[in-house]
Amino acid sequence: MTGALTPKLKFYPGRHWFVFGLMAVSLALLLVRAFQVQILESGNLQRQGEIRQLRTYPVKPVRGVIEDRQGEILAVSTPLDAITADPRELRKVQEDWPRLANALKMSVSQISSRLDRYAEKKFVYLRRHLPPQEADQIEKLGVRGVASQREYGRYYPAGSITGHIVGFTDVDDQGQEGVERSFDSHLSGVEGYKRVLIDARHRVVGDVESIRQVHHGRQLRLSLDLRIQAAARRHLRAAVQANQAAGGSAVMLDSRSGEVLAMVNMPDFNPNDRGDLSGERFRNRAVTDLFEPGSTIKPFTLSMALAKGVFSPDSKVMTSPGVHYVGGRPIRDIRDYGELSVAELLIRSSNVGTAKVAMELAPEELYNTLNAVGFGRLTGVELPGEQSGRLLKRERWRPVDHAWLSFGYGLSSTPLQLARAYSVLANGGLLRPVTIRMGNRTETGTRVLPADVVREINAILERVVTEGTAKRAAVPHYRVAGKTGTVHKIDPDGGYQKDRYQSLFAGFAPVSDPRLVLVVMIDDPRGDQHYGGEVAAPAFSGIMADALRLHAVVPDAPAKLTQDTARLGVPDSDA
Amino acid sequence: MKGCEGQPFPEGRVFSGRRVHIDGPLVLGVLALSFFGLMVIYSASGESWQVMWRQSARLVLSVVVMLAVAQIPPGLLRRLSPHFFLAGILILTLVLIAGYVGKGAQRWLDLGVVRFQPSELMKLGVPMAVAWLLTRRSLPPRFLDVLLAIVVIVLPAVLVVVQPDLGTAIMLMISGLLVLFLSGARWQHLLMLTAVALAAAPYLWSRLHEYQQERILTMFDPWSDPLGSGYHSIQSMIAIGSAGLAGKGWLSGSQSHLEFIPERSTDFVFAVFAEEFGLIGVIALVTLYVFLVGRCLVMAYHVREAFSRLLIGGLAMTFFFYFFVNTAMVSGLLPVVGVPLPLVSYGGTSMVTLMAAFGIMMGAYTRRHLMF
Repeated sequence: MTGALTPKLKFYPGRHWFVFGLMAVSLALLLVRAFQVQILESGNLQRQGEIRQLRTYPVKPVRGVIEDRQGEILAVSTPLDAITADPRELRKVQEDWPRLANALKMSVSQISSRLDRYAEKKFVYLRRHLPPQEADQIEKLGVRGVASQREYGRYYPAGSITGHIVGFTDVDDQGQEGVERSFDSHLSGVEGYKRVLIDARHRVVGDVESIRQVHHGRQLRLSLDLRIQAAARRHLRAAVQANQAAGGSAVMLDSRSGEVLAMVNMPDFNPNDRGDLSGERFRNRAVTDLFEPGSTIKPFTLSMALAKGVFSPDSKVMTSPGVHYVGGRPIRDIRDYGELSVAELLIRSSNVGTAKVAMELAPEELYNTLNAVGFGRLTGVELPGEQSGRLLKRERWRPVDHAWLSFGYGLSSTPLQLARAYSVLANGGLLRPVTIRMGNRTETGTRVLPADVVREINAILERVVTEGTAKRAAVPHYRVAGKTGTVHKIDPDGGYQKDRYQSLFAGFAPVSDPRLVLVVMIDDPRGDQHYGGEVAAPAFSGIMADALRLHAVVPDAPAKLTQDTARLGVPDSDA
Repeated sequence: MKGCEGQPFPEGRVFSGRRVHIDGPLVLGVLALSFFGLMVIYSASGESWQVMWRQSARLVLSVVVMLAVAQIPPGLLRRLSPHFFLAGILILTLVLIAGYVGKGAQRWLDLGVVRFQPSELMKLGVPMAVAWLLTRRSLPPRFLDVLLAIVVIVLPAVLVVVQPDLGTAIMLMISGLLVLFLSGARWQHLLMLTAVALAAAPYLWSRLHEYQQERILTMFDPWSDPLGSGYHSIQSMIAIGSAGLAGKGWLSGSQSHLEFIPERSTDFVFAVFAEEFGLIGVIALVTLYVFLVGRCLVMAYHVREAFSRLLIGGLAMTFFFYFFVNTAMVSGLLPVVGVPLPLVSYGGTSMVTLMAAFGIMMGAYTRRHLMF
């Protein structure tokens, strides 16, 4: 031991104990700290951890599909992504802005102004409705605070053909127009919530739990027939263009079910590409725009007269000299028709004769008849913005009000209301509710006109097409009934505008077993013609012909059929 | 060596020139801790096998180094000490001139195949040099030797702190001062030095980097700046605290797996461990460290030769303070300074150094009756 190269170390108990003491104190501190943090403050720190790791994210429901009566898709949701950011995080990494801006096809100043505007918020949208593929690429940039969020965009395969009826949604998937709006709660479903785990870079790592189950929107089947709708749009547009008109509407109802088969308006719009179009174009004129129905009212005036038994179709009425004064105000026909039967009043569309017939009856009776077929009352169709029109029940009827009402002035109507009124004729006197939804309704309807009177009126209305003012409304191989109307447009300053018209045609087919009711209204034709029989009737004929064929309605004018087949060279069965 | 009973020295290993100089309990403790470390690293690295292989390779290398160092006779080690120290100073200077910059500091020296941190080697070099210096004459040391020891302690620390690496510098000083303290340096000398150090403290404070100052300040209230300098502390405290008694289970620590814990394989690996194994795991880990340190101190107690005894005592306590400073830092007791958790943190040089230290201890202990 003495040979050690270094001196033997003296034993310094004090030093050892001092160092031991230091170590013991350190250990004690450490264990106390561990106990404090892991046991005493554990709950609080756990919550702090959850605040940092867990987020509640919404789960967007998928909006329901809208279909036509054949199942053709009219509106469908497609998955898209929104790029979102946490402004507090993204503001920290200004150096990443240029490449983010580049990927988003935005400018750096746009990003910075958005972040400034929402500087205090935790969430801001940078871009919405991006295709998922593009959103993936932006997420892959891994910019701090940037995330993507699933949302759904709406696509309308039929485009402008069904634009007014289907309507559209806004960027937040809320219905704004059309059935998208009126059936919004049916279509939109209920948003769910889920808890997700995020990492330090604010990326979603996984789902933890579902807090509220998402309920997707339900499907909606409309009564529209896309094929008829497309045909209606084509013919209406042709008529509007040919007559240099401001606009127009066409409405077709299935008289047996009250379902709307087609409803088109001009001008229209493409819901997939609305751009910055004005609200004017979005208006569904078939339910929102009012006009005075004019001569199209006359069948109802005369049906009342027939029902009272005072007149028969053959009763004679003197219309000479083509002008008749009521209360000092003139009522005019286009020319002096002389003495006409009640049937001929309708065929020639004589205002004088119709007024004279109406004056034989009480004004309340006329009011009641028009009210019964639906004028002045909402149809209840499930479309936003429907107008009820105006049909006044007066305290005291002036003779002039009474007379003018009989040929369609002093009341207003939408195209849809007029179509419903004509469906009463097509139904043999029954009024049915109107609907845009397809369903197997079996409501029999309420009787508002006597069946025999309706039969007589319909026979006259058929003659309007075959020999009267509406020859151009005829459809080959089918028997068609209907009535023209030409009204002066109301001047916003009061009174009527001299050279501004609305041309109408309302009718139904086939007369042997009526099914399809159609109203065509052309607004403000500026061409050479303005009479309903010349402007609206051809469009009616085109739409009705297509609809009859598409619904495979058996032709009820076989005589013409044989003539045509003979002309086509088909051998006669006898030959 | 077997069959030596009845010799003057009960263990009968006096002439054990052929014997492998190892200490069973120490080696077992070291391996157990390293195994713990591998498990935690696997979890902290996001279950990366690549990281595992690299760490395992380092572990094997380190064990080889430990066994090799244990074969060096303490006398040779003592004679090599000043040279080792001077070489270390040289390399540290070299690092400052040509070092590889990693994570904002010049700490690494690129040797082509491996990069290593010379400052780690000084963790051996400083206590060795101080022990050599003080044991040239009889103890307790004279004042002049104490002053010389201070120079030996402060010079490498200064070279390291300008890298900048405050944590390692502090640990270097602690390792040297522990040796000085254990050597029986007079209290009045030590108090005098403390007074000088306190006087110099304001100047040193002003020379610290701003982020280092902030870290020390926010230690007292990390929640005052949760997204800035308090971020590290808060995230690791959440990890440790949310574990509770039993922890969240291996590979299930949410704070660490969601990457909220910074430096989770290296300096903050204790947070990962504590989150996954809870208070029970922490107590087990502390027990393992205490066992290792205790075994080292027992070994120091049995060694009678001054240089080895001082060195073993100093290294053992340095090992303990390494462990303490790291865990205290991660659990928010001390400011965040870059100190790895010994034998557990990912990283090569630190592990090699520690294993070499254990090798030195075993070599001296197994030769404790051998006079040289």
